[in-house]
Amino acid sequence: MELRINQKAYQVDADADTPLLWVIRDDLGLTGTKYGCGLAQCGACSVLVDGNVVRSCVTPVAALVGREITTIEAIESDEVGKRVVATWVEHQVAQCGYCQSGQVMAATALLKHTPAPSKAQIEAAMINLCRCGTYNAIHAAVDALAKQEGA
Amino acid sequence: MSILNELLDAPVNLSRRRFLASTAVGALVIGFGLPLGSGRVQAATAAERGTQVPAFLEIRPDGTVRLLSPFMEGGQGTHTAMAQIVGEELDADPATFIVEAAPPGEAYVVMENGMRITGGSMSVRMSYPTMRRLGALARAMLLQAGAKQLGVPVGELTTQPGRVVHAASGRSLGYGELASSALDMPVPDPASITLRDPSQFRWIGKPVKRLDAYDKSTGKALYSIDLKVDDMLHAAVQHAPRLGMTVGSLRNQPQVEGMKGVHSVHVLPGAVAVVAERWWHAKRAVEAIQVDWQEAAADSTLRVMPADFSSDKHFDFLAAQQGPVRDDENEGDVAAALKGGKTQLEATYHNQYLNHGQLEPPSALARFNPDGSLDIWLPNQAPDMFRADIAKRTGLDPAQINLHSPLLGGFFGRHFLYDSANPYPQAIALAKAVGRPVKLIWSREEEFLRDVLRPVAVVKFRAALDDKGLPVAIEAVSATEGPTEALAGKQGDKIDPTAVEGLSGKSYAIPNKRIAQIYVKGAPMLGYWRSVGNSLNDFFYESFLDELADKGGHDPYELRLHLLRDNPRLTTLLQAAGELSGGWKRGPFTAEDGTRRARGVAMASPFGSHTAAIAEVSIENGKVKVHDIWQAIDPGSIVNPAIVEAQVNGAVALGLSQTLLEEAVYVDGKPRARNYDLYPILGPAQMARVHVRIVESGEKMGGIGEPPLPAVAPAVANAVAQLTGQRVRSLPLSRHTFS
Repeated sequence: MELRINQKAYQVDADADTPLLWVIRDDLGLTGTKYGCGLAQCGACSVLVDGNVVRSCVTPVAALVGREITTIEAIESDEVGKRVVATWVEHQVAQCGYCQSGQVMAATALLKHTPAPSKAQIEAAMINLCRCGTYNAIHAAVDALAKQEGA
Repeated sequence: MSILNELLDAPVNLSRRRFLASTAVGALVIGFGLPLGSGRVQAATAAERGTQVPAFLEIRPDGTVRLLSPFMEGGQGTHTAMAQIVGEELDADPATFIVEAAPPGEAYVVMENGMRITGGSMSVRMSYPTMRRLGALARAMLLQAGAKQLGVPVGELTTQPGRVVHAASGRSLGYGELASSALDMPVPDPASITLRDPSQFRWIGKPVKRLDAYDKSTGKALYSIDLKVDDMLHAAVQHAPRLGMTVGSLRNQPQVEGMKGVHSVHVLPGAVAVVAERWWHAKRAVEAIQVDWQEAAADSTLRVMPADFSSDKHFDFLAAQQGPVRDDENEGDVAAALKGGKTQLEATYHNQYLNHGQLEPPSALARFNPDGSLDIWLPNQAPDMFRADIAKRTGLDPAQINLHSPLLGGFFGRHFLYDSANPYPQAIALAKAVGRPVKLIWSREEEFLRDVLRPVAVVKFRAALDDKGLPVAIEAVSATEGPTEALAGKQGDKIDPTAVEGLSGKSYAIPNKRIAQIYVKGAPMLGYWRSVGNSLNDFFYESFLDELADKGGHDPYELRLHLLRDNPRLTTLLQAAGELSGGWKRGPFTAEDGTRRARGVAMASPFGSHTAAIAEVSIENGKVKVHDIWQAIDPGSIVNPAIVEAQVNGAVALGLSQTLLEEAVYVDGKPRARNYDLYPILGPAQMARVHVRIVESGEKMGGIGEPPLPAVAPAVANAVAQLTGQRVRSLPLSRHTFS
């Protein structure tokens, strides 16, 4: 099947029910998207599908034919994603960093839909787990991005 | 040791060319004939540590400094801290550093206790002077090289960040231009080195940006789980449901071997494995294997998990133990003071088992090379111990084992040497069996099944108050097994400090005190978990101290100040926390949003640092909501205030997680939870605002990663007690109902 990932077409030889996560990590070598739980619990595997955040560890690859998939590797090609990354660095969000690809994807999806989200909207959208406890830094970074937009 | 001494007597001259040719990783020191054969880490003396400059540093033509650090980066910021410390004395901006974990080897034993581990919140505090000196030695070598190249006396030269400068002639050379000759210079006598005056620090003590922030925000950072080598196969395992059980027969091996993508099926000790071209195929196939598991043999060397083990019943079992009791602290006459006091108080506390829950599932990548050597990439907190273990398991000489330590996707104590809880023995066996490199990833479910647990204890307190309501005696007897005892499989000659720390080591002026342990071996395999014994014991002690305050009619904050009246350092610290919170205010009170709230206070002195925390809570839908944590920490002195603040946030998060909702429950010998669905960890909705005050007393440097955790649970529990009148004597709070 053909998948469009990061604005490139890939011919993928995988069973229809293979989770997207393992196709992008093992077949395509895009390891920025992480495996954390395999159950859509943690969000480390978050990618964008047509601009919406999706947990790739439970998303069958066949469902994505004809859709536009964006992974963390291409995040800076996106205007919003680029600002998110810059703000993540500015706010020194990451600790171990393992969940941060997913956090950046979630923040990018939020801001693409809602350029100046409220505190409640940030809380509703930024639900990925972080064992290092970077939640306050994440919230501050998204809040700063929301204010940039509002200003 | 003798060879090291000889090397130091004669100035070390490790050629940079040789260093580069070896592509670093181990070969350099081995080439120099240092006694690495045993795989043991032989600690150098203090004078010798961290003096083999070329083993640590490579300065590239563009001036970039590559530092091989003795410590593992797992989020705690040690790579950045090392760049600050070395860069300060080298006179090179930390931003120009690339830091990677060094291979095993004596050269990298830089800690003052003669160890090389990343744990115990030790990295910076145990290596600080040595790593400064390392930077200064390298700077001296660059100056020598500069003198030679410019043809001027070395005394006329000075440095600016990244440059050797001859002020008299206005000439200067970048470090990158000098590197090729500088690292061939003899390493100067360490005694001849003068370190920078701390008042002149540019980077130490400043909020220098983390070196890994960009890579970790763009998916570029590589962890063990991400690595790939040519011709590599993937593997997944299914473990025995209970540790110690062995593989009987596989009922459907031919069918599984015929599944798509499967390369081969393997029987391993206590597990079955599937090797495949893709991990997803390996996982699906291994989960499809129908295994007849057999009960553990009587001579099993593992800690066998019994079929009837229940964690809840284990608490009753611990509570029923009467002895033998061994004292860790015993001052005054506790028995007499307990009897003679005006008021007596008793209470029994316990805590819960916990998983580590680091987000990166464990993995290991093993590759045997044509010359018989082994390359292995794996998460670890102690490379020399891991290499020695691999040598023992494989029969290889340690010199044939190239051990690589990628970034850790969280660790919290997970990646020490735990016999039954690491994937690398399996990865090595599989790579050997299939004759190709193998990367083995444990699924999240297999990780929850084999992770080592944070210990539990049942602690019985007794105390007596005098006629003023002040404590005159306290006794704590803990029925428990410490993690170090669990790893040893038995009680040591002395009490395991990791079992009682946090009950022991309190600074309160209570004249009669006794802290004792009843050693009780349990069923689950135990391990170190962020802040170790303090993670439970400070909850017990600081909660019970509030009980004493209430019983004696004293405010708990004021009582602590009273009991610390002769301890200016802790008095200052507690007052700093009070001040940070806007002045101590216990409540209950009504907040601006109309909720009823109260505050609790607690202190802890773990890993060489001291902390005081204040928590503000309310009850929301019958559950405890923590709004704010104010924490003051005195680690003596610090290297990076921004990273300290991040670490306090992280420790608070883990502390809240164990306080509010986390527990590893065992029923019928099996963990109830095998993933985050049934083992909830703190999510963003439960996080509190965190306010940090760093108090630099100037005392001996203490730890940072773990110390801010232990005071969180008791501060919250004390606030809850004040708000609801309910004294919580066990965790997590999700087991209790509040109104």
